[in-house]
Amino acid sequence: MHIHKYEKWWLVFGTSTLIIFLIIIGVSAFHAGAHPNNSKWTIDYEKVDEIAPFDNPGVHKVEGKDWDYEVVLVASAFSYTPMEIEVPVGSKVRFVATTKDVIHGFEVAGTNINMMLEPGYVSELVTTVDKAGEFTIVCNEYCGIGHAMMYSTLKVVDADDNSSH
Amino acid sequence: MTTAVTNKEIIKEKQLPKGKNLTTKDRLIKVDRKDAKLALAHMYVAFTALLVGGLAGLLQVFVRSGAFQLPFGIGYYQILTVHGVLLGLILTTYFIMGFQLAAVSRTAGALSNTQRKLGWIGFWLMTIGTVAAATMVLLNEASVLYTFYAPLQAHWIFYAGLALVVVGSWIEGLSQIMRYVQWRKENKGQTSPLLAFMAVVNNLMWFVASLGVAIEVLFQLLPWSLGLVERIDVLLSRTLFWYFGHALVYFWLLPAYMVWYVVIPKVIGGKLFSDALARLSFMLFLLFSIPVGVHHQLTEPGIDGFWKFLQVVLTFFVIVPSLMTAFSMFATFELRGRELGGKGVLGWFRQLPWKDSRFLVPFIGMVAFIPGGAGGIVNASYQMNQLIHNTIWVTGHFHLTIATAVVLTYFGAAFWLIPHLTGRTLTSRMNSLANTAGILWAVGMFIMSGAMHIAGLLGAPRRSEYSTYGGSEQAAEWISYQFAQAIGGTILFISILVIIGVVVNLLWFAPKGEEEFPVAEVAEGGGSTPAILENFKVWGVILVALILIAYTFPIFDILSNSPAGSTGFKLW
Repeated sequence: MHIHKYEKWWLVFGTSTLIIFLIIIGVSAFHAGAHPNNSKWTIDYEKVDEIAPFDNPGVHKVEGKDWDYEVVLVASAFSYTPMEIEVPVGSKVRFVATTKDVIHGFEVAGTNINMMLEPGYVSELVTTVDKAGEFTIVCNEYCGIGHAMMYSTLKVVDADDNSSH
Repeated sequence: MTTAVTNKEIIKEKQLPKGKNLTTKDRLIKVDRKDAKLALAHMYVAFTALLVGGLAGLLQVFVRSGAFQLPFGIGYYQILTVHGVLLGLILTTYFIMGFQLAAVSRTAGALSNTQRKLGWIGFWLMTIGTVAAATMVLLNEASVLYTFYAPLQAHWIFYAGLALVVVGSWIEGLSQIMRYVQWRKENKGQTSPLLAFMAVVNNLMWFVASLGVAIEVLFQLLPWSLGLVERIDVLLSRTLFWYFGHALVYFWLLPAYMVWYVVIPKVIGGKLFSDALARLSFMLFLLFSIPVGVHHQLTEPGIDGFWKFLQVVLTFFVIVPSLMTAFSMFATFELRGRELGGKGVLGWFRQLPWKDSRFLVPFIGMVAFIPGGAGGIVNASYQMNQLIHNTIWVTGHFHLTIATAVVLTYFGAAFWLIPHLTGRTLTSRMNSLANTAGILWAVGMFIMSGAMHIAGLLGAPRRSEYSTYGGSEQAAEWISYQFAQAIGGTILFISILVIIGVVVNLLWFAPKGEEEFPVAEVAEGGGSTPAILENFKVWGVILVALILIAYTFPIFDILSNSPAGSTGFKLW
């Protein structure tokens, strides 16, 4: 099979670009630990309210862990509990979330905190919240008639403000 | 006049003395009349789906602008389901089956009566299925969108209808493959006609891919929606869906590539750059389209990071045949442009037939595929997916790929295929209307898809009705882009109306005559085609091996780690 000289150059260039992309993604995943939600934690979705930590949704300061705060969130058609989350800027936060019914999304708009919530599974993601501001948390997976009414708010506040209460 | 070549060929054919055997090539120039009827039946359904699905799209962008509410208690998600099912599944599948049937008949010869009968059986099964599924959507029993993710539970007739569409398409694909096998038997040792070969590769990919959704529907969704079983394994159903779902987009794309590789070179008066490379790229698509579906599930729980990453790697390899296609296209354009006297680095570009809708409309599609493909690389890039997953960026992305690159190529093909089948011609007036539609589409899509990409980066979710999210500042920012989407969407709908006008003209009103089914010959120096490229056993073994590598462990893991299943929910 004859391949034109220029086509060879083009394919070598294109394929090497792809390989470089893959190396960058691979290194940042397996060396720097930047993975999307890969949780394998399962749960009885019909008893979420009775099972820890979902029996106590909200923001919890933790000690002796790799992160400073745990945000526990429960989604159901068509709302999130809690409706408002507040964490200090620069803190390391572990988001833990699940659903009580159908599939929902958990997306902190404009950031890379984004995961699917599926019945029977707990999703989790650890990240540093390094940008202060008010972020809308939206459901980004169609879940029924009230899908677009489903939201919560993440407030990333200056550490000083937080210490005052 | 764009049909000059055809007319010459037709005259040649007519001048042959009576009784003299026509050569194979001459006999194959026109699609057989009976096959043409079957192919046309597909076009009726496809373009009806375009009109209704397009109208649904228009209503959606209006609703999302916040300035319009649906009347008569029609739901936004009902309209969204109509839009997705009609344009994503029905328009595409019908056009593809009709086009491939015509392509096989044109290049490998008329179908036998048995093969054609199978084609009709497949067509009617698909149509019964479409009507059944559509009825359930209209009755608001199936507002589950075209991805029908459990545990939202539609009426069982909706799933059964979609299953019939798939089964019907299998039977049609089988009849096309039978014609190809017959050709190979009758012409031992020869390289098969390229278009027929490509149709066969696409059908094979479709069989292997749709097994996933068939298993999901037959063994999970149907028994569950009928109440035979109470619970469903949600993650398994999604994994089976996406095993099918990503190959589905290549099932849409490959017929467009058939047009790009084989038809467009002839339309511009040039030749096919290389037969062997065209076949190789199709075989690479066959291999890499299927074991990549998990890249749609990157942010989901329950699937191991290693296996997600492995499928990301395989996803990137499917880009290679697209790079080959891009090279081949532009090489063909440059060779032809220079032949016509184009000088300098880019002088050949001006020589291309810009006024010929059979070229211009698909060309706009090719251009859209460049940002579309680049966006696709972002989507598949593991961690980067978190920024855009399920935002309206994704909607913007596939409106460049499927809803511009692919469908504009289909439309560009319909402008010669329909008159070829009806025995009419594309007049210069219809040709310029078709060009207008192509340009309107480009403008409308630039605005709509551009606004979707930007809003998506800002976090706007896809598949969501108009909402201020409790007066959030971020949502207010999205709404201005939703307004732009409504403007772009309106221009797109006008373009659809023009296209429907041209199609109606070509079906029933255009002057009688002969319109060419353009099929390019291979350029000299294009080289011979190695027989290995037609050895389906070899490629089949590699395909099965890749699927087993990519999916065995994740599926095993999902099954062994699965929580209790889900009961059905009807939340619309």
